[in-house]
Amino acid sequence: MAEAEQRELTYVDAIIEGARTILLEQDNAFIAGEDVGGAGGVFGSYRGLLEEFGPERVVDTPISEEGIVGLGVGAAATGLRPVIDIMFMDFMGECMDEIANQMAKMRYMFGGSAKLPVTVVTMSGGGRNLAAQHSQSLEAWLCHLPGLKVVAPSTPYDAKGLLIAASRDDNPVFTVMNKMSLANRGAVPEESYEVPIGKANVVREGEDLTIITYSRMVSESLTAAEALAQDGVEAEVIDLRSLQPMDTDTVIESVAKTHRAVVVHEAVRFGGLGGEIASQIQELAFDELDAPVSRVGAPFSPVPFSAVLEQTYLPNADKIVAESRSLIGA
Amino acid sequence: MSTPSDDVLLDIHRRMVRIRTFETEAGRMAEAGKIPGALHLYVGEEAVAAGVMVHLSNEDWITSTHRGHGHLIAKGGEFDRMFAELFGRATGYCRGKGGSMHISNMDLGMLGANGIVGAGPPIAVGAAFSTKYRKTDRVAVTFFGDGASNEGSFHEAANMAALYKLPVIFVCENNGYGEYTPQAKHQAIVDVADRASGYGMPGVVVDGMDAMAVYEAADAAIERARAGDGPTLLECKTYRFFDHVGVRGMGLTYRTDEELAEWQKRDPIHLFEARLAELGVLSKDDAVAIHEEVLAEVRAGIEFAEASPTPDPDTLLDDVYA
Ligand SMILES: Cc1ncc(C[n+]2csc(CCOP(=O)(O)OP(=O)(O)O)c2C)c(N)n1
Ligand SMILES: [Mg+2]
Repeated sequence: MAEAEQRELTYVDAIIEGARTILLEQDNAFIAGEDVGGAGGVFGSYRGLLEEFGPERVVDTPISEEGIVGLGVGAAATGLRPVIDIMFMDFMGECMDEIANQMAKMRYMFGGSAKLPVTVVTMSGGGRNLAAQHSQSLEAWLCHLPGLKVVAPSTPYDAKGLLIAASRDDNPVFTVMNKMSLANRGAVPEESYEVPIGKANVVREGEDLTIITYSRMVSESLTAAEALAQDGVEAEVIDLRSLQPMDTDTVIESVAKTHRAVVVHEAVRFGGLGGEIASQIQELAFDELDAPVSRVGAPFSPVPFSAVLEQTYLPNADKIVAESRSLIGA
Repeated sequence: MSTPSDDVLLDIHRRMVRIRTFETEAGRMAEAGKIPGALHLYVGEEAVAAGVMVHLSNEDWITSTHRGHGHLIAKGGEFDRMFAELFGRATGYCRGKGGSMHISNMDLGMLGANGIVGAGPPIAVGAAFSTKYRKTDRVAVTFFGDGASNEGSFHEAANMAALYKLPVIFVCENNGYGEYTPQAKHQAIVDVADRASGYGMPGVVVDGMDAMAVYEAADAAIERARAGDGPTLLECKTYRFFDHVGVRGMGLTYRTDEELAEWQKRDPIHLFEARLAELGVLSKDDAVAIHEEVLAEVRAGIEFAEASPTPDPDTLLDDVYA
């Protein structure tokens, strides 16, 4: 590999670079959101962009989520390519009509005559003691809405590549970032590139079971896989990367090899994507299964504040190991 | 309108000192790494909470914001259980489940700090509907920021409160910024109070650094509400002396040291103490004694919190449902 390709960036810097690439490549692209300009984003994910591109293209908005998402819908429908920032995913509650009834459905309702090339960037996940309204993983809300695409990058490489792919897509795409991953480092090419939406990534190969996961739970699953390997259990780990559309082919191919599957996500287990994935596996590969598909997810409660409770609440490598062992019968 | 008695003046003063001391020490604790998560401190804005809350009883409701400790303290919140909550302990007001952003106490009529900007006003409308429905003369006060006045939720709540003539007082704490964005870059008006007329209620602008002015304006608005004449929008011009989050925040330069220094010259506690000295209600020595007494209580609160147990992990699923 050439030296330049070895360059490492943090997840947050990869988001900046992705956003910058979008502004450089597409004259019709702009970024809008609360404190994205002067402050460079409260997570620092737009640092320097206002200075480079000016206030017409990096737009600080009032605290008006419904207005901001509406701005994205209207601007996209009329020829721009907005990148809209919703600071915390939890704030989707403020703008769900614009997301669910306008953005997701406009093209279909209009008989295909409208095009909505809008990208929404938002932050999910717990682990920072931010309590019930700043820690949720609500991607299932979005994946349930026909018309939306949803991606959830786990690495700096994917954060940049998926963000660029999202902005080039002619459909609304949510890029659900993770706030615990911001400081993670990884190789990120300097040039512009896309990570294709709808394509999963097999991040670890194994014969004995398949762990299907995404976002921050990818690294927890890899840690779990190393622990399982100590006992001679080789787990295959699939990073879905894209949740809607979902790369079911890659999942089924793996399950056909390992005959066992556990789905892992940080979101609440009940009604989470794990149920959908488990169901698809049994529909498409029932004969391949040696055991029921199992799931690791958060218990059915809001995210608690206290560190003790939050750590009890969050899925982690230990819980994935335990679930995997009981699946294997070890 | 009645002039406040000496006791009321001293009460307002003490509430302000309690907020200032609690918040200053909470800031220290956060910087020492003892308080996890996000802490939005109220230092500089004390006159608003104190000047309003002195009119309320435990049967009157308030809704608060992410910057909520001051509201709870002024409503009667106890330091030990508040610190315990900020520290994430089982003895906290929310048993460690809420933290700073959700601190609350139903017995004191405090419907919670809130992590969602603009979430308070509609809830206050519901509380006021409830007090009216039950034929009491209790009111609901909703505190919200200049930034929050741009959320649709504020506008819907204002319209409904005026339409139903509900006993709601909308108290806008205009500290000139929503996070790092100055007011002039988030709305095209100077006075949030101007928005009142669009909903058919009076809008009043008050010097939010002057506890007496807040006291008087709140008195009128609350009397109006109790008399069944409907809501008022009270805008208090104020300033936060600390950063948006914590004491020093993220180190962004979005406001100048000079601007901060200008506002600090009008420190609401100094202003009020000068006023009380002038009126012969509080001597310098008495003021010092009050600050020391409150500081001792704050320290005891911190000790209580530190000595308190963390929540039992088995309580994780408690209280998801009744
Ligand atoms: C719905 C929602 N949007 C955005 C935020 C992030 N946020 C937290 S505090 C804040 C600024 C609020 O400004 P203002 O209402 O003026 O209150 P202040 O912080 O100045 O007291 C923002 C944008 C949030 N918590 N909730
Ligand atoms: Mg403000």
